[in-house]
Amino acid sequence: MRLPPGVNAKDFSDALKLFSEAVGKDWVFTSDEDVNLYRDAYSPFWHEDEDPVPSAAVAPINVEQVQQVVRIANTHKIPIWTISTGKNLGYGGAAPRLSGCMVLDLKRMDQVLEVNEKNAYALVEPGVSYFDLYRYIQGKGLKVWIDTPDPGWGSPIGNSLDRGGGYTPFRDHFDAHCGMEVVLANGEIVRTGMGALPTSKTWQQYRYGFGPYIDGMFSQSNFGVVTKMGFWLLPQPEGYRSGTVSVAKHDDLVPLVDTLSYLMNSSIVQGTTTVGSPLLMSMARSSGMGGAALLTTPKSPSIAELEKIGQEKNLPYWNCELHFYGPSKVVDAQWEYAKERYSAIPAVTFQEGQSLRFPLSADQIEHVPKRQFGIPNLTVFGMMGRTEGHMWFSPIIPMSGEAVFEAQRVFGQAYADMGVPPAETTFVFPSSFFPRSFVVLCGFPIAHDVEKNRKNRQIFKRLVEVAAQHGWGEYRTHTAFMDTVANVYSYNDHALLHFHETVKDAVDPNGILSPGRCGIWPKHMREAKA
Amino acid sequence: MRYARIFLMVALSVVLATQAFAAPDESQLERGHRVYQKWCYPCHGPGADKPGTASLAARGQKPPALEDRTDLTPAAIKIFVRHGVLYMPTFRKTEISDADLDAICAYLTRNNKK
Repeated sequence: MRLPPGVNAKDFSDALKLFSEAVGKDWVFTSDEDVNLYRDAYSPFWHEDEDPVPSAAVAPINVEQVQQVVRIANTHKIPIWTISTGKNLGYGGAAPRLSGCMVLDLKRMDQVLEVNEKNAYALVEPGVSYFDLYRYIQGKGLKVWIDTPDPGWGSPIGNSLDRGGGYTPFRDHFDAHCGMEVVLANGEIVRTGMGALPTSKTWQQYRYGFGPYIDGMFSQSNFGVVTKMGFWLLPQPEGYRSGTVSVAKHDDLVPLVDTLSYLMNSSIVQGTTTVGSPLLMSMARSSGMGGAALLTTPKSPSIAELEKIGQEKNLPYWNCELHFYGPSKVVDAQWEYAKERYSAIPAVTFQEGQSLRFPLSADQIEHVPKRQFGIPNLTVFGMMGRTEGHMWFSPIIPMSGEAVFEAQRVFGQAYADMGVPPAETTFVFPSSFFPRSFVVLCGFPIAHDVEKNRKNRQIFKRLVEVAAQHGWGEYRTHTAFMDTVANVYSYNDHALLHFHETVKDAVDPNGILSPGRCGIWPKHMREAKA
Repeated sequence: MRYARIFLMVALSVVLATQAFAAPDESQLERGHRVYQKWCYPCHGPGADKPGTASLAARGQKPPALEDRTDLTPAAIKIFVRHGVLYMPTFRKTEISDADLDAICAYLTRNNKK
């Protein structure tokens, strides 16, 4: 049996007996067959020694059992890596950052504790998936929407703690939460915000409570185990409509995005919007240039040449699809207003999109982009072809056309400098998964091929460094790159990371909770690495 | 797990050839249908937006939707669920227990020729 780091066989065996007494022997997994199910199905370390393998897993069913597990781990100094549904694929899945950590699997805590239609909120446990919450709401006929990421088998708690995004007005999942219950490393339960008031009637309605607002400290961190979380829901809107704005010239991207920014910051456009380029996508498909066609490289055609091709083929240089949610009269007026604002761009064209009223029929649901309406699905996997997984390079850049041009130049040059073949170049145009900024979300394929994965890891790390040199940082990353990404958030000699470490040492002095998550290591492991 | 995946197709060719199992009772089928709907349908149900079905169709598997198949075996189903294939990940026992997996097998093999 694999041992946790720094733990001898007798101590681990003693702890396993206690874990079994706490949760039942059927829910402590120690055999290779069972433990292997916790390895990262999309590991960038396939067939390599660095591929993290847990020592065991323990699966409590309620918060009292979580408290017992954490207390046992703290007493015996067993490092435990917490997962919710364990489907954070592309970011590490169910596997720990560090081999030998025991997985604290919260999947069995799968209760939807409350959905309040009147005030539009939900309170759930970590093992609840987006599918589960959606089915619960539909089963009770409640007129509220969740927001779902791609794909829908993840956990609202896990995804929001990793600060994931979706597509509807509540697409910033951490921002949509309201109130947490957290088990600390000593087994103590803390409730945040209004939940600290024992008789609270507004835990899911007012975020802040009294005193410091600490919820953010439990996201992308290892300071506690979140066992309940509230989320704000969207009252089912009366209607939806979409429309696409297209422009012909390269430089038109600047006013296209400036206007998008105005419309989003004014809450007129509320859903995730992606900048597209029918012209460059056509070049990518027809020229064999792959993702490189979307970038500005030394071999790229000139802007004038590209504009000429676009004119000949009647392909817009840029476009974006806008999404509106609300009363039908309002969304119609919002689209009209957006067109009015965009009419300042010469030769702009508009294409009417879908116009819907809710609730959708079963047949409509089968034919609409489900994620746009908070309906969980797995459709995104259809884009993956015959790959064996993926991981995401995802820097945040400013919401401006100038920033998109700079990203095209900088990443185009970076790929050229690394000698990456055009067809293997990974790039996508940015999306507004979060307010006020763009995310460039580039998928890297995972292969069961050591050399390919090694090469992709090198490219990935270099892109993180290049992005940071230009002021762009990752919003989230795979466990394999957490140290790399944390290291570029280095303002004032890594003052923020030092603060995180100070907090870690104070609230988890034995360093048992998810060591290494987001680059935060406990003191004894930092000293061992030094 | 890694080596099991490598030999997945070899193993399947063996297990597909051995279709001998007891007829399940009704409650097992109902449970299998419920668990299938929860865990398998979103990827393997009918329809163009189901990536598992689309992937099997692209590989010439007929019919591509698992519920319509009459040639699956419990052993093959268990290998896929516990070892994954391509971008289909493994499923842990806290997600699909061994008993639930038996029920899925009963459901997906209900129409096999006995």
